[in-house]
Amino acid sequence: MSDYNFAYLDEQTKRMIRRAILKGIAIPGYQVPFASREMPMPYGWGTGGVQVSAACLTPDDSFKVIDQGADDTTNAVSIRKFFEHTAGVATTEHTVDATVIQTRHRIPEEPLTEDQILVYQVPIPEPLRFLEPRETETRKMHALEEYGLMHVKLYEDIARHGNIATAYAYPVKVEDRYVMDPSPIPKFDNPKLEMAAIQLFGAGREQRIYAIPPYTKVVSLDFEDHPFDPSKADHPCDLCGAEHTYLDEVIIDDEGGRMFVCSDTDYCSKRQADGHRGRLSPIEEAAE
Amino acid sequence: MDIQSLSGGFENAPVQSAHAFRTALNVLSRPGTIMELRGANAPAPVSEAAATLLLTLCDPETPLYLADTHDTKEVRDWIAFHIGAPLVGRAHAHFALGTWEALSPINTFPIGTPEYPDRSTTLIAELDELNEHGASLTGPGIKDRAHLGLPEIDAFQMNACLFPLGLDFYFTAGTRVAALPRSTKVEAD
Amino acid sequence: MYVAVKGGERAIDNAHAWLAEERRGDTSIAELSVEQIREQLGLAINRVMAEGSLYDPDLAALAIKQSRGDLIEAIFLIRAYRTTLPRIGHSHPIDTGKMACDRRISATFKDVPGGQVLGPTFDYTHRLLDFKLAAEGELPEAPIRETEAQDMPRVTDYLNREGMIQTEERTEGTPPDLTRQPMEYPANRPLRLQALTRGDEGFVLSMAYSTQRGYARNHPFVGELRIGKVAVEMDISALGFSIDIGEMTVTECETVNQFTGSKSEPPQFTRGYGLVFGQTERKAISMALVDRALRWKELGEDNVGAPAQDEEFVLAHSDNIQATGFLEHIKLPHYVDFQSELELVRKLRAEVMAASQKEAAE
Repeated sequence: MSDYNFAYLDEQTKRMIRRAILKGIAIPGYQVPFASREMPMPYGWGTGGVQVSAACLTPDDSFKVIDQGADDTTNAVSIRKFFEHTAGVATTEHTVDATVIQTRHRIPEEPLTEDQILVYQVPIPEPLRFLEPRETETRKMHALEEYGLMHVKLYEDIARHGNIATAYAYPVKVEDRYVMDPSPIPKFDNPKLEMAAIQLFGAGREQRIYAIPPYTKVVSLDFEDHPFDPSKADHPCDLCGAEHTYLDEVIIDDEGGRMFVCSDTDYCSKRQADGHRGRLSPIEEAAE
Repeated sequence: MDIQSLSGGFENAPVQSAHAFRTALNVLSRPGTIMELRGANAPAPVSEAAATLLLTLCDPETPLYLADTHDTKEVRDWIAFHIGAPLVGRAHAHFALGTWEALSPINTFPIGTPEYPDRSTTLIAELDELNEHGASLTGPGIKDRAHLGLPEIDAFQMNACLFPLGLDFYFTAGTRVAALPRSTKVEAD
Repeated sequence: MYVAVKGGERAIDNAHAWLAEERRGDTSIAELSVEQIREQLGLAINRVMAEGSLYDPDLAALAIKQSRGDLIEAIFLIRAYRTTLPRIGHSHPIDTGKMACDRRISATFKDVPGGQVLGPTFDYTHRLLDFKLAAEGELPEAPIRETEAQDMPRVTDYLNREGMIQTEERTEGTPPDLTRQPMEYPANRPLRLQALTRGDEGFVLSMAYSTQRGYARNHPFVGELRIGKVAVEMDISALGFSIDIGEMTVTECETVNQFTGSKSEPPQFTRGYGLVFGQTERKAISMALVDRALRWKELGEDNVGAPAQDEEFVLAHSDNIQATGFLEHIKLPHYVDFQSELELVRKLRAEVMAASQKEAAE
């Protein structure tokens, strides 16, 4: 077989995924089971996100793929190429130009708009999975809204470490009902989960799709005496000087030298183009 | 099966259904928003928007209920040819199509179970007209408050009380579509 | 000045080119043909077809060639291909009672009607490297015996006549399809069997082995193992009748397991069942043992907490394509989540240090 359907998946599969997406939108934070298909990339490498994107994309879309916030990480490149080949869709690295953005582990710094869809790749969709490995049990807990185990875990963290020891994939409660895993984004990104764009989450191997509609209430779990703290490295970006962005720490020599740079590469280069400078920005040539 | 049953499908299914799905997604994600939905034509009284929705979302895996108003031989034939959805009673329907009056009382459709709230019916209610005046809507997908002309209020209030169980609704009129998920709180304006 | 690593796209292309070169190996050595792989690596083909859930020896051979002999990678290629195939219809259940057996043995009886047929088995070979194979040796011809085409009676049917073995009731329901519906727990037996037959051979083998060593021991005997060709029939709605669309080789194993009875059932034997594409007997026997272990609830046995009794544990982890994908995904960059952990640990350390300094000062 040499010719695949638009966006790779056959129409019946896309309809099945689309129905799951709509149920997800109707029940924010609830994990809808779907008959995930084997994709031509491995499970765990974004098959859920890819299936959701394939079900959403139209030929008019402008598609952006990021991994760790960057457009040029190898798996982001690989997924972008896949859709260029199978959907003939236009791609972009600019957040503002994208209509569909597939992401792994980050939410872009640029606030998203009503005209955008953010698709997350999710490894383990069940926020309770590491507390209770059994699907039969966690399903009951969600049904009964029985989230005590999660609060006990977080409280034990505080008792032992003085802090909640979860730095990424920090659990949230959606619309006062379902506890949800926001995928392994750093907790710094959690406050952005309340946004204008549609957020869709795809977990291929675990066969789950879930969603957050625009302007939906999303609260990071916490306690009155230990409020949620979306902290990040206490540095400005060394390239663009931003003080409000999530930073990667880069080791630059073998003597402990390091620098901090925006993980959102598009945001950082845009700021640099706008004239923002950081500690390690190249010395400017005199204006010509 | 007459010629009418064989026509009215998508000419380019992958692309037309992709666009139609985005509309279906957008209106459900933003309750109260009305959008144009075109592409499929089914025998009367099925509107173009409802036909397009059916063609986009239904297939042999989705049992469909046709309310009296829409349960004609022509419509059945069209569905058999283009969609292949098994026609069933209310209690087994994944989707249901009819006028609002014919679909009522809606408490006869499955609303899902606490373990699987997704195992519920999505109703496609054909209205005479759709407009952004009327009931006041709040909830997920709505920034502050939205408005939508609904055929009644009580049924939707009761449905929202079932959350996370409940029914989800598409409203169609001609080529226009709007939606109301179970998560939306409805008040008379 | 620091420049972020770029060029992911070129790196990927170059890696693929190098991979292709490594796949071919030394070009002064003749290239393997797909036909050679199909004919001479038949058991590898069988495993790829079984776990790939697609009966096509030519495609399996191509996948093995493309994957450089990495069978899990080959299975993955087949799975990814099979999902794109349209579903034209469903065959009738195959009738293994009408199998043309190449091999058929029973461990529970010395002799059985139809006879013990050893067939092409490694069982009694001495595992000595055969250096004659290294030199391209002549093939000695295998002796041929005339047989009459006849249905092989099932060994378990003999036990059934005495009421000594639990009867498996025939049901008319359509079994669920693992590849079209999301897995749902608790799973019924058809779903469990589907998962096991396409499960990883090594995983299913180890699970079976664990039951033999005492983790939910269920005293299995190989009631019968048969390997051979069966016809595949399918209804063609346009024709109004069913036609034979081809034949395939399968391995079927029924184990006979001791059962001391429960409140509702008298003491009798029970069965475990294995059915796998191709000549794959290690897998079929393993499958039968694990199937039997998973039936504890239905048979009113105790759950002793053994891994092989735990349906979710077995079914959720038996698929090697899911497992290998998730395992290997940790090679992908995780620097954003790692950074958040790094900061958290730094913060916790700083607080502990500050607290101990304060203590020391006091």
